[in-house]
Amino acid sequence: MGIRFVLLVNKQGQTRLAQYYEYLTLEERRALEGEIVRKCLARTEQQCSFVEHRNYKIVYRRYASLFFLVGVDNDENELAILEFIHLLVETMDRHFGNVCELDIMFHLEKAHFMLEEMVMNGCVIETNKTIILTPIHLMDRAS
Amino acid sequence: MGSQGGWGQSKEFLDLVKSIGEARSKAEEDRIILREIDTLKRRIAEPDVPRRKMKEYLIRLVYVEMLGHDASFGYIHAVKMTHDDSLLLKRTGYLAVTLFLNEDHDLIILIVNTIQKDLRSDNYLIVCAALTAVCKLINEETIPAVLPQVVELLGHSKEAVRKKAVLALHRFYQRAPNSVSHLISNFRKRLCDNDPGVMGATLCPLFDLIKEDINSYKDLVVSFVSILKQVAERRLPKTYDYHQMPAPFIQIKLLKILALLGSGDKQASGHMYTILGDIFRKSEPSSNIGNAVLYECICCVSSIFPNPKLLEAAVEATSRFLKSDSHNLKYMGIDALGRLIKINPDIAEEHQLAVIDCLEDPDDTLKRKTFELLYKMTKSSNVEVIVDRMIDYMRSINDNHYKTEIASRCVELAEQFAPSNQWFIQTMNKVFEHAGDLVNVRVAHNLMRLIAEGFGEDDEGADSQLRSSAVDSYLCILGEPKLPSVFLQVICWVLGEYGTTDGKYSASYIIGKLCDVAEAHSTDDTVKAYTISAIMKICAFEIAVGRKVELLPECQSLIDELSASHSTDLQQRAYELQALLGLDSQAVESVMPSDASCEDIEIDKNLSFLDSFVNQSMEKGARPYIPENERSGMFNIGNFRSQYQHEASSHSLRFEAYELPKPSPPPTIPQVVLPLPTTDLVPVPEQTYPRETHHAPNLPSATDASSVDFGVKLRLEGVQRKWGRPTYSSPSASSSSSTQKTANGATHLDGRTVSSQTRDNFYDSRKQQAEVSAEKQKLAASLFGASTAKSEKRQLPTHKTPKGVPTTAEKPAVKGAISSSEPPKEKTVPSSPPPDLLDLGEPTPASTPSIDPFKQLEGLLGPTSAPSAIDHSSAAGPKTPDLMALYTDTPPAAVSSGSLNPELADIYTVNKNSHGTTNVAAMNKGQNRQDSLQKDATARQVGVTPTENNPSLFRDLLG
Repeated sequence: MGIRFVLLVNKQGQTRLAQYYEYLTLEERRALEGEIVRKCLARTEQQCSFVEHRNYKIVYRRYASLFFLVGVDNDENELAILEFIHLLVETMDRHFGNVCELDIMFHLEKAHFMLEEMVMNGCVIETNKTIILTPIHLMDRAS
Repeated sequence: MGSQGGWGQSKEFLDLVKSIGEARSKAEEDRIILREIDTLKRRIAEPDVPRRKMKEYLIRLVYVEMLGHDASFGYIHAVKMTHDDSLLLKRTGYLAVTLFLNEDHDLIILIVNTIQKDLRSDNYLIVCAALTAVCKLINEETIPAVLPQVVELLGHSKEAVRKKAVLALHRFYQRAPNSVSHLISNFRKRLCDNDPGVMGATLCPLFDLIKEDINSYKDLVVSFVSILKQVAERRLPKTYDYHQMPAPFIQIKLLKILALLGSGDKQASGHMYTILGDIFRKSEPSSNIGNAVLYECICCVSSIFPNPKLLEAAVEATSRFLKSDSHNLKYMGIDALGRLIKINPDIAEEHQLAVIDCLEDPDDTLKRKTFELLYKMTKSSNVEVIVDRMIDYMRSINDNHYKTEIASRCVELAEQFAPSNQWFIQTMNKVFEHAGDLVNVRVAHNLMRLIAEGFGEDDEGADSQLRSSAVDSYLCILGEPKLPSVFLQVICWVLGEYGTTDGKYSASYIIGKLCDVAEAHSTDDTVKAYTISAIMKICAFEIAVGRKVELLPECQSLIDELSASHSTDLQQRAYELQALLGLDSQAVESVMPSDASCEDIEIDKNLSFLDSFVNQSMEKGARPYIPENERSGMFNIGNFRSQYQHEASSHSLRFEAYELPKPSPPPTIPQVVLPLPTTDLVPVPEQTYPRETHHAPNLPSATDASSVDFGVKLRLEGVQRKWGRPTYSSPSASSSSSTQKTANGATHLDGRTVSSQTRDNFYDSRKQQAEVSAEKQKLAASLFGASTAKSEKRQLPTHKTPKGVPTTAEKPAVKGAISSSEPPKEKTVPSSPPPDLLDLGEPTPASTPSIDPFKQLEGLLGPTSAPSAIDHSSAAGPKTPDLMALYTDTPPAAVSSGSLNPELADIYTVNKNSHGTTNVAAMNKGQNRQDSLQKDATARQVGVTPTENNPSLFRDLLG
């Protein structure tokens, strides 16, 4: 499976984007988000960007006020996931230009579309920014 | 470029986002959302909501669910939105549906039709949207509805569609492998796709397939190697580069696949050596992504058939990771080390201090990873230090999941490598004490068995010494408050069996202790059952040797209490104890033989002891027994399950005749046969109790069967199956682990005391500073040990082998294996021709797609888009290094490495000269800054104040 979920949380712990690649009920999501956000936000800059949680790992990265948290299986390459997060941010940055928390909040669906282009079935399937953004540009133009 | 699509949202939406953004507490956020739910419920139900408006409502519903509230009232509108003709609305509809519903939701059936229609669309973006939805919404039952179309789309002219079709098929494989088993070959075909994106995506399903069945894909090794080679040689379009690395994510996936294919396969591994060496050489240790590829390379090298040169490179890379200041790299280094020591355990030695640093680091993640490494490198020479550390750490953690894991690891290591019995019992005591409720019950049973059986050697003296030391330690531990139930069970059982054996403690003392336990744990029936059984045993042993048992008053009151217990089990035990007290010593001896827990229980499967009783009944005119499955007019109730089913179904009307009532069971008269009273009096014989429970059902069968049987001889065809096949825990199987344990004598204990002595010396003579490092070195020495004891393994028949011999014996063996692998490597280099990427034997002409598909697309869009395309590419140029500069993890050392482009170096120097970092941003990000200022202004115009002073994600990274 690889990636289990991608979560964007601000530093107050409020969810800004959530995409799960295995179905969880609303209650389960709530509990899980609470647990891992508490775990990750308490860590210092110097500590590892990886946290083991139950039977999987969370790779996270902080950009300004936003935390990007990705839940992955144990056999996943953590550094690569860390760079995947950065790629996602770079992609958002290319599209929005100096992306910020509000961009994602106002254009939640677009952020989701980008993620949909990059990850399917829990696998990273596209890392070419141009290709990721093409459908989104085309949709912008069409509407 | 700014935020495209503009701020087309309504004031209401902006207000919502603003208020959510400004919410300062979860409670406030919840209030906002609850109000929003009310609003949406009203609005969404209004007639003729404009489609664009509806899209906005859907996004608001997504917010509602994302923030943890139920939005099910709006699901149907998301489903409706997928019918819309507009691409944006349709895709938003699909997005909302995939976020709201799981694939088994009732509403999905309403979407299948739409998906089918969209898969046929002329607009490839609609097809893509539908395929994305397919991956999330199609369950096993609906796969056939879309499968033919998905397969057809594998050959679509647009690469984006082919890619998504591959992943849809992948999804079907994940869901129901059988549904697509005949289509697996499509993945192989798409691996040769002209488009690198499709090829890269195909690696995901192939990885899953190969994991399941490695041997069927050995033929692809050469193809994977050649693809990897071409990727590494930058033959993919530039757009796939990430931080100057050519398609690193594809490289990593390929390395994962090669690691699987080359595992334990010398020939396949031979093909990989060259390219792996190339990747090591080309690696860029200055960037995170370079290290990610490097790490994957190490994993691959340690998985495939070993090659000395590659191992050397892997070890070098690993040591660089370990020496790094970055915790992330240290973490990867520890992980890599854990992989490499499987091939050559000596590697760890060089890094002992780095490992100990990680072990003592306050960072929990790093610590855990290091414990994982220690677990992998445990051997009999260092097991004491490692397990002690683990237990210390175990005490400090609250996370039950991890506590369970580390406790079971302690148990596993202790069982495998224990240097002495004493140590083993003490270790187990500690584990039980601190994580007792989390430990598997099996562990407790193992411990009891171990104490009962001793360590397999014919040294009764040592065994009884072990037992009395166990009794001593347990009596001591009993004083502590709050012991876990499982541990108490072990304690009670051991006290019952061996409490009085060595004559050190009087029966009344032990019984008194046991009564205290029962009193202190009055709510735990299992513990109480163990205590009463233990008391019974001690009384029995006393009576057997002819002593008179005077029950203590508290014991008598315990028996009285349990006789009136709600639990029939406890009641029975109490009555049994009372009955036992009235028997003479001879009877007691046969009922409760001393130290009989290891005796095999003989089970008379034919119940022959009942023969005379059966004959008697027959003579009196009883009818012979007919096995149930031979009786007419009845279901075959050969086993429990069908009997239950039968009972369950009997709630409805029965149409066949009721069977004849069975004769009521005659009272079993104890004096008829001698062995019978034993089983009758003690239906669950105490010796079987702590063992596998499947003993228990076998014995009651005696009485049970007698109620149904009235034959000349018992016919058990039907009966036996009912209780299942009798199984015995074979003593050989259970003792195999314990025999191993004895192999090592107390030599290690000696070594340990010596080491602690020397440690004391250190404390005396050295200064504080030196002490710390001395302590560390001490730890290192005890962990990594004198390398001599290293390969001393449990399996070795003699542990008295002179130290050093095993190591030298093993080293050449490894070396030999490695050197023997070299010739094929040399051979394969010239023999594997470098085929073009994507030209893997497919008839399709091999063409490296040099044309940027994006430009192609833009070209299609008409004149207006042309300038933007140029604009875009020119904007992208300077921006990339910009990002690099802001990239948090780029170590400053990277500047001096000279591998970065001059532009970047410039940024860094500017950075140094002008102390204000924001200044740099202003200079280098001029346009961007204007952008964000503009955006801020727009935000303020619409009444939104960004929650942060510094809204840009990247900007903070400079500060």
